[in-house]
Amino acid sequence: MLKTRIIPCLDVKDGRVVKGVQFLALRDAGDPVEAAKAYDRAGADELCFLDITASHEDRGILLGAVSRTAEACFMPLTVGGGVRRVEDIRTLLLAGADKVSINTAAVADPDFVAAAAEKFGDQCIVVAIDAKRVSGPGEPGRWEIFTHGGRRPTGLDAVAFARTVTARGAGELLVTSMDRDGMRSGYDLGLTRAISDAVGVPVIASGGVGGLDDLVAGVRDGGASAVLAASIFHFGQHTVAEAKAHMAAAGLAMRLDP
Amino acid sequence: MSAGTVAIIDYGSGNLHSAAKAFERAAREAECDARIAVTSDPAVVAAADRVVLPGVGAYADCRRGLDAVSGMVEAMDEAAQRRGRPFLGICVGMQLLASRGLEYETTPGLGWIPGDVAAITPGDPGLKVPHMGWNTLVARRAHPLLAGIPTGDDGLHAYFVHSYALAAREPADVVATSDYGGPVTAMVARGTVAGTQFHPEKSQKLGLALIANFLRWRP
Repeated sequence: MLKTRIIPCLDVKDGRVVKGVQFLALRDAGDPVEAAKAYDRAGADELCFLDITASHEDRGILLGAVSRTAEACFMPLTVGGGVRRVEDIRTLLLAGADKVSINTAAVADPDFVAAAAEKFGDQCIVVAIDAKRVSGPGEPGRWEIFTHGGRRPTGLDAVAFARTVTARGAGELLVTSMDRDGMRSGYDLGLTRAISDAVGVPVIASGGVGGLDDLVAGVRDGGASAVLAASIFHFGQHTVAEAKAHMAAAGLAMRLDP
Repeated sequence: MSAGTVAIIDYGSGNLHSAAKAFERAAREAECDARIAVTSDPAVVAAADRVVLPGVGAYADCRRGLDAVSGMVEAMDEAAQRRGRPFLGICVGMQLLASRGLEYETTPGLGWIPGDVAAITPGDPGLKVPHMGWNTLVARRAHPLLAGIPTGDDGLHAYFVHSYALAAREPADVVATSDYGGPVTAMVARGTVAGTQFHPEKSQKLGLALIANFLRWRP
């Protein structure tokens, strides 16, 4: 039976993990490779690196981190941030990424998703959807895609966009609520559910986890196939093992390999 | 123990870096003397003691990549079919063992494991495609590559990520399946040729154990 995945997400800037990873007691808490190794040992089901600078000159630093992670961690790694060309995808895959997350470039041109999927297969193309709720209280839920760290509205409806990129070949959607990101008040379950119900591919819930019940709700109520979290793991509030035990106790199928 | 030279075929597809590292780690942990060579040289493949065909991507694109390396398909045939060297296909590398692939367009495979690679259609419409994540294996028959690996509901997990699956014509070629709204082919084998739909190089404990078994395999 397929298991629900827990995906710790590391924001990487200039080749260093930002937001801090405090529980790991690492000699170098900012090294993404050390953090990846610790999560590997802790039983994470996948890892996600999001390069939040992604300026051209920093790419080499990120690639080095991806490559060193793939040497040490025999688990799946998704890398995103600044992916704009088919060549960017090839470079990341060759460095050791298993999946590549596309955000702004998919908004600018959904056909880029098609070109990427045809080249590398649907299974390695993740489209990251960053959305804010634009419906008022009491209205049916409506969410709009924002880019550039939430500063730039696009006028695109998130659910319609999810259908568009899935039809173009996205194999998975990483759905982040920009309203909830960092708020620790739980995922936007309405957004997660609306997109999960609209598409046939797996959805990763992201943005807003404050506690372990939020992970359960993301799957049970939001319909997500995987749950992504950062702070609750980085700051030692919970371990991945605790999260898995909690989700298993709530009746979700989890991987509990020794 | 020596596994000899293990050729991992570089044909512009597949995550060769992590595959090579996983084979090196498995060899080290199994105290097995193996020379891991990532290569696009058909002569190295033809003479190798063991051959690995990785693959990430679309079927047709992978097949074109393989054909673009002059003499590679013949070298694989020489090693696996004529000289009987252990051969392992991974993911699309496993799917290429089939008669043909039906992803985007109909593409001929190597035809070593008769059958088609067709889109996954889970019996339960609520199940998502790709089949993505960790799943357990259901052993259909014993095979040296699964030696010592716990299968079944309480067994170890393997990492899958695929939208297409091999439907083998001969049930005996199927070594293991996974349950995803019905059985999905997870591992095939015939003679000295084997293939896994899942990624052993991404499957932590199960994956390293399977790779070690491959390095020890003397069919």
